[in-house]
Amino acid sequence: MDQRADNDTRNMGTALDLDRVRAVQANTSAIERRAATLPGRRSVKKDYQAAWLLKAVTCIDLTTLSGDDTAERVKRLCAKARNPVDRRLLEAMGMPDVTVGAVCVYHDMVDVALRALEGTGIPVAAVSTGFPAGLSPFHLRLAEIGESVKAGAEEIDIVISRRHVLSGDWQALYDEMRAFREACGSAHVKAILATGELGTLRNVARASMVCMMAGADFIKTSTGKESVNATLPVSLTMIRAIRAYHAMTGWRVGYKPAGGISKAKDALVYLSLIKEELGERWLRPNLFRFGASSLLGDIERQLEHHVTGAYSAGYRHAMG
Amino acid sequence: MKIREIFDTMDYGPAPESADEALAWIKQHGGQFGHYINGAFTKPGKGFDSANPATGVRLAGITEATQKDVDSAVSAARKAQPGWAGLGGPGRARFMYALARLLQKHARLFSVLETLDNGKPIRESRDLDIPLAQRHFYYHAGMAQIMDEALPGREALGVCGQIVPWNFPLLMLAWKIAPALATGNTVVLKPAEYTSLTALLFADICSQAGLPPGVVNIVTGDGTVGEMIVASEVDKIAFTGSTEVGRQIRRATAGSGKALTLELGGKSPYIVFDDADIDSAIEGLVDAIWFNQGQVCCAGSRLLLHEPIAEDFLTRLKARMAKLRLGDPLDKCIDVGAIVDPVQLERIREMVEGAGGSCFQPDLALPAQGCFYPPTLITGLAPSDPLMQEEIFGPVLVSCTFRTPDEAVALANNTRYGLAATVWSENVNLCLDIAPKLAAGVVWVNATNLFDAAAGFGGVRESGFGREGGWEGLSAYTRPVGKSAKLAPIKAHGGAGAAADPVDRTAKMYIGGKQARPDSGYSIAVHGPKGQLLGHVGQGSRKDIRNAVEAARGAGGWARSTGHLRAQILYYTAENLSARSDEFANRLNAMSGARTGRKEVDAAIDRLFTFAAWADKVDGQARGVPIRGVALAMREPVGVIGALCPDEAPLLGAVTIMGAALAMGNRVVLAAPKVSPLALTDFYQVLDTSDVPAGCVNIVTGTHADLAGPLAKHLDVDAVWSFSSSDLSGAIEAESALNLKRTWVNNGQTRDWYAQDSREWLDQATEVKTVWIPYGE
Repeated sequence: MDQRADNDTRNMGTALDLDRVRAVQANTSAIERRAATLPGRRSVKKDYQAAWLLKAVTCIDLTTLSGDDTAERVKRLCAKARNPVDRRLLEAMGMPDVTVGAVCVYHDMVDVALRALEGTGIPVAAVSTGFPAGLSPFHLRLAEIGESVKAGAEEIDIVISRRHVLSGDWQALYDEMRAFREACGSAHVKAILATGELGTLRNVARASMVCMMAGADFIKTSTGKESVNATLPVSLTMIRAIRAYHAMTGWRVGYKPAGGISKAKDALVYLSLIKEELGERWLRPNLFRFGASSLLGDIERQLEHHVTGAYSAGYRHAMG
Repeated sequence: MKIREIFDTMDYGPAPESADEALAWIKQHGGQFGHYINGAFTKPGKGFDSANPATGVRLAGITEATQKDVDSAVSAARKAQPGWAGLGGPGRARFMYALARLLQKHARLFSVLETLDNGKPIRESRDLDIPLAQRHFYYHAGMAQIMDEALPGREALGVCGQIVPWNFPLLMLAWKIAPALATGNTVVLKPAEYTSLTALLFADICSQAGLPPGVVNIVTGDGTVGEMIVASEVDKIAFTGSTEVGRQIRRATAGSGKALTLELGGKSPYIVFDDADIDSAIEGLVDAIWFNQGQVCCAGSRLLLHEPIAEDFLTRLKARMAKLRLGDPLDKCIDVGAIVDPVQLERIREMVEGAGGSCFQPDLALPAQGCFYPPTLITGLAPSDPLMQEEIFGPVLVSCTFRTPDEAVALANNTRYGLAATVWSENVNLCLDIAPKLAAGVVWVNATNLFDAAAGFGGVRESGFGREGGWEGLSAYTRPVGKSAKLAPIKAHGGAGAAADPVDRTAKMYIGGKQARPDSGYSIAVHGPKGQLLGHVGQGSRKDIRNAVEAARGAGGWARSTGHLRAQILYYTAENLSARSDEFANRLNAMSGARTGRKEVDAAIDRLFTFAAWADKVDGQARGVPIRGVALAMREPVGVIGALCPDEAPLLGAVTIMGAALAMGNRVVLAAPKVSPLALTDFYQVLDTSDVPAGCVNIVTGTHADLAGPLAKHLDVDAVWSFSSSDLSGAIEAESALNLKRTWVNNGQTRDWYAQDSREWLDQATEVKTVWIPYGE
């Protein structure tokens, strides 16, 4: 089902408000405590759990970002995107039309993916701007966005220059993000902060704020290539920034944790985190995505258990 | 609801924890419980029902203890005590370790039973109460193991009567029983009548652990049973509960010689500065005031907001409150459960209805039945509003604003209580400056409601005295090894002899660094043993006490001075006393008729040197609590100490009291020994020449009986010590109940003034404040 047709207007960004950015605080211990107790505070069972897991499926950006990707590999992934969960299970749950949120690939695979997904409404996302390090020449990074958009990618996952954050050059970060956003045109832009390389949660919070001011449609934790990817404390920090930005401007910016989320149970915690901190409005693929490759497999097994009452095995579910 | 509908609404749905096992345990006991005395349950007798506050449904019948039951529990404990202490630390440790293990093995049963009986959310009993109770037993099993080595010269008190409240039934039981057992005491514990069940399950566990009969005894019932325990032949009472009942217990135990620790109410401030991580501070507030429905003695119930952020903070707080989930406590998705009893619910309602300010309650659906009260925020209050002062003990937060850090401290301390405080700021300078200034036994920096067995918990002011947890908690269950003898009253010499010195010497009082005439205008003659007139001293009265306390309170700078400076001044005092030692020795001899003056003066000089040496060496500790951060156990002065000086060692006694108190930053009001007051009135000249700041030491002469009452009753005195040979201990302790000041009295027993026992003095002269500082970036 396609919920992307939502009434939310796109974040247009604001001027860079450095006072606002510098006033942002993030107390690491307190954020960790909240993150640590959250899984114990919320729990969904039975039909509710099944519905929540299906929601998680619709929010997955099914991803392959490897040097050894081939056209055939990408086609297989797209086939999985169209049929993420065994059809018999979906029918048993009365939810036959579930697909993933998007398929996320490198630029060279955009065309293959588009053709494989034709008629499904599933958008193709391209990682861009010298992903994952983002250190190629600036004009090439801009050009890369242009190429992917031209090729038909509806979503562009850009990487920010971590050095702008680490050196506190918020103006440079803002300008870079603005330029990326403009290059995207009508394609939605997700700003990958590479939080594992930003050093502190305070930096994460400030970088989130600057990227939103510069017009990011989504903020995203990681490339999946850093040694630390999405964590609950980082997520809490970023979604609080999203909430603050919404209170400030009225615009809803989406959130995408990426890397390290591989269990159905983790997905439920993320969904409840979003529900608690941002509200139900954000629990849709236009405002929330999982960047994950192995998560789907675990969700499928849990869903089979829900339908049949017997614990499932991995090999029973089709590979992506 | 169909999966598709849930998919659209993304509701949580029910996530109930099963009550079956817990109900089966109750059924196994026939739905009726007797007491647990001498290792076995007694036959259930007349009593009352324990109900589930979330539903009103009866859970079990509980027996109301009779005097006979209490007597038999106390006598079982008494009989078991020598054997239990005699087991030795490692022997006791084995049992305590077994108790900890069993608590862990039956963790879910305890959690569910606690939630059924108390109404708190299952998440809290499962993730906080029960694990903390286990941790307490593990920690104290360790304490038992190392006690002989770590606490040489200390022994068990004997039998401890323990009375615990209904808000954390098992956890408070653990806080009471674990340290008592570790140190070789045996106990008679009474759970609160609303929540007896987990204590009775704990009794089951004691049997499973093979604990020797009589070591743990549990009697159930209401406050009248508590009164019976307080009146019984126990050696200590440990109470957690309301300040009002604490006061009654203080009066009831006055002069009995029973040790007493009280952990009472609070109205703890929650201070947020403009540079705080506001979202985290709001989340902390959820844990501060909506934890356990706000039925927490240390609940951060008084929100103090920095003006620049107040509006934004309250807007965000209200949004957060709307996200709280209230309902069936056994549901794993519930944040706020049921109030423990309809009586409490009614009390909260009444208090909030009469409130000023503006009241906000989020639009949450309350369950149709059961004791529920919505999370409530009352803003725009001033300190003069009753709700800013009175403990509500419910999910009700009150707030006001402040302008500066100094004003935040002033507002925070503008209370009769002093249990806990919370400070939020990203500025470490500010946090570490504020924490020591707060009148509280526990301070949390950028966090709230952190607890651990290794960190002391307890209050100052009317939040009670004594600590639970850590070394300081353990020492409250021990006493120094050794026996004292009865102290015979020492009478002043009478007589009509001629003046011994042809020049009249007028000994005045010493108040605020100045010599002062008695307010009464009367003098008392001081005679030597042969009746000769040695001089006159002023007849002190309550007015002189008033003036002296005022001067002492005004000398607060002493508490903030460095240990090095205090040491220097005490050394200087010793030096100046030494220069006049002949004169003091002669004076002592003249007053006593003995020849011990020189020995006493030398000992007094030595004592001053000793406390000067200690002044910069009573270190705090960094406790190993299970967080990334530190819990600092900081030693703080008690404040203004009123002391009745001993008659049997007039100079040495007074110097010891003064030395210990001053070394730790206290100020003292000394009631001079009545027999030989001149020893002390001469001494103020020494003080004058030794740079002791005005008001730190005040000396009032007169009869102890006249001075004890005004001192013990004075609401601005923090502690009263009495070493008087007059029988005043009972009266002092009874009067002290007014503001629950600390007391240290001799109960008519002798003390060896020449003994080297600085530690005990330094402990009495300080309070431990635990400052929790989580860190990490």
